[in-house]
Amino acid sequence: MSVIELKNVTYKYSAGTPFEAVAVNNVSLTVEKGEFCGIIGHTGSGKSTLIQHLNGLVKPTLGEVYIDGENIWSKDVDIREVRFKAGLVFQYSEHQLFEETVYKDISYGPKNMGLSEEEIDTRVRAAAESMGISEELLERSPFDLSGGQKRRVALAGIIAMKPEILILDEPAAGLDPIGRESVLSRISEYHKKYGTTILLVSHSMEDIVRFAEKVLVMNKGEVFCHSPTDEVFARQDEIIKIGLDVPQITRVIMKLRQKGIDLGSDIYTVERAKERILEYMAKGRIC
Amino acid sequence: MLKDITIGQFFPGNSLIHRLDSRFKIIMDIAYVVMLFTASNYLGLVAVGLFMILLYIMSGVGLRLVLKSLRPIMPLIAITCILNLFFIRGSGEPLLNIGGVIMIYPEGITTSIFMAVRIMFLIIGMSLLTYTTSPIELTDAIERLLSPLKKLHFPVHELAMMMTIALRFIPTLIEETDKIMSAQKARGANLDTGGLMKKAKALIPVMIPLFVSAFKRANELALAMECRCYRGGEGRTRMKQLHSGLKDYIALAVMALFFAELILLNIYIPYLGIPYMVP
Repeated sequence: MSVIELKNVTYKYSAGTPFEAVAVNNVSLTVEKGEFCGIIGHTGSGKSTLIQHLNGLVKPTLGEVYIDGENIWSKDVDIREVRFKAGLVFQYSEHQLFEETVYKDISYGPKNMGLSEEEIDTRVRAAAESMGISEELLERSPFDLSGGQKRRVALAGIIAMKPEILILDEPAAGLDPIGRESVLSRISEYHKKYGTTILLVSHSMEDIVRFAEKVLVMNKGEVFCHSPTDEVFARQDEIIKIGLDVPQITRVIMKLRQKGIDLGSDIYTVERAKERILEYMAKGRIC
Repeated sequence: MLKDITIGQFFPGNSLIHRLDSRFKIIMDIAYVVMLFTASNYLGLVAVGLFMILLYIMSGVGLRLVLKSLRPIMPLIAITCILNLFFIRGSGEPLLNIGGVIMIYPEGITTSIFMAVRIMFLIIGMSLLTYTTSPIELTDAIERLLSPLKKLHFPVHELAMMMTIALRFIPTLIEETDKIMSAQKARGANLDTGGLMKKAKALIPVMIPLFVSAFKRANELALAMECRCYRGGEGRTRMKQLHSGLKDYIALAVMALFFAELILLNIYIPYLGIPYMVP
């Protein structure tokens, strides 16, 4: 069952003025329930605008958005309900923290949903746990935490609303390697545990390859392709042509192939590269 | 929504008005305001209006922008009109008399129209200065114009620097506010509906992160300025010098002539159009 469906969505900035610019151009798209979809594209390719359509922060100039089979802009739909269903975590989400304690900040979303005190408490603690925020941190001020911790608190604030769809815009941007790893692996674990549909915007091909099942490539406001990860990176040459990168390991393998060592064209992770190289060496064909 | 604010915005261009020395522009802008309040009859007002339209045509700033700059002050104009309409007492019979409480005289109507036009001309004329002068030029000019006050130990340079920084950060802060509002809306914040108290309370999640980031920015900026050995105005030279030339003096002369003409209008036709108003 498709949980997100976009039909011919077009969005123009400052429509009707001389500054008009098309950010999203005639995008049609379906995302299946439980899918982990990576979104890549250049700066200005319309990724950020596209994901803001999914929870109704941006209203399409043309076209329709369906969440759970419901047109979110029809009159009898409360747009706030849509926002609880499709949780959006912005880039540098730690800038949204405002409460005195971490606990209160995480509970802001659930409180807006109008849940009971006990339900809020369970949700806050569960969300904090899944993002690796310890009990003692809950009573601290969010402004005293480290960058990585703040980011995880902001993520927990969205997860506590238990959205069916979790949309993350560069959740690991600007963090050190340990922070990155801890944020991304927790998102992946959360996905495995609850089967939530996840859309992950990232500039790092390595991260996309590691976690995403499908990849949506945006180029100049249009969908370049939306297919399983393997198929997307099999089109390496085209991807490079539209100015995007392929994983570093894929580049190494490509260089090797040019030198006459063919290990196959479906290698995107270091793990698989290691296997293939060992196989290759076992056959005794190494120079 | 927030991006639509045009007051104080600069629209680059290369017209004569854009190229005038900003110090002269400020002086002429002040003269314009004085002129507007000197005009005590409709003819004078029409003359000022024509002068203003001429300047706008010369500057190449579009009509759409002019109307946009008026939108935010519409409530002010409305209040002024209403107050004048009801509280001005004329000498003749009232046009409308409801129980001796609400009385409208013809004088009230003429005065309120006069005041409305005056405020509109004021805003439109003042906007021309910011539309055609970059904020940097503007603060430079203010610093130069106020420099005699330095003798009185008034911190002119510091004031100008504060203005420059404030103007520079307005767009940045607007962008940031937009972002934070979106982020809180994504968490179900209800910023648009409810009464005044509820709305004010709903803004807390927006205001606090905004203040935090503004303070952080201020701190970083101060540090960056100190790293580049900023130590105030003493002995500081500028990259862009303000130059006044023949065109500036001609503009000033035109302005002076126009002012003289307006005063003559006041003296010779004191009662045209608005006979009840004391000049």
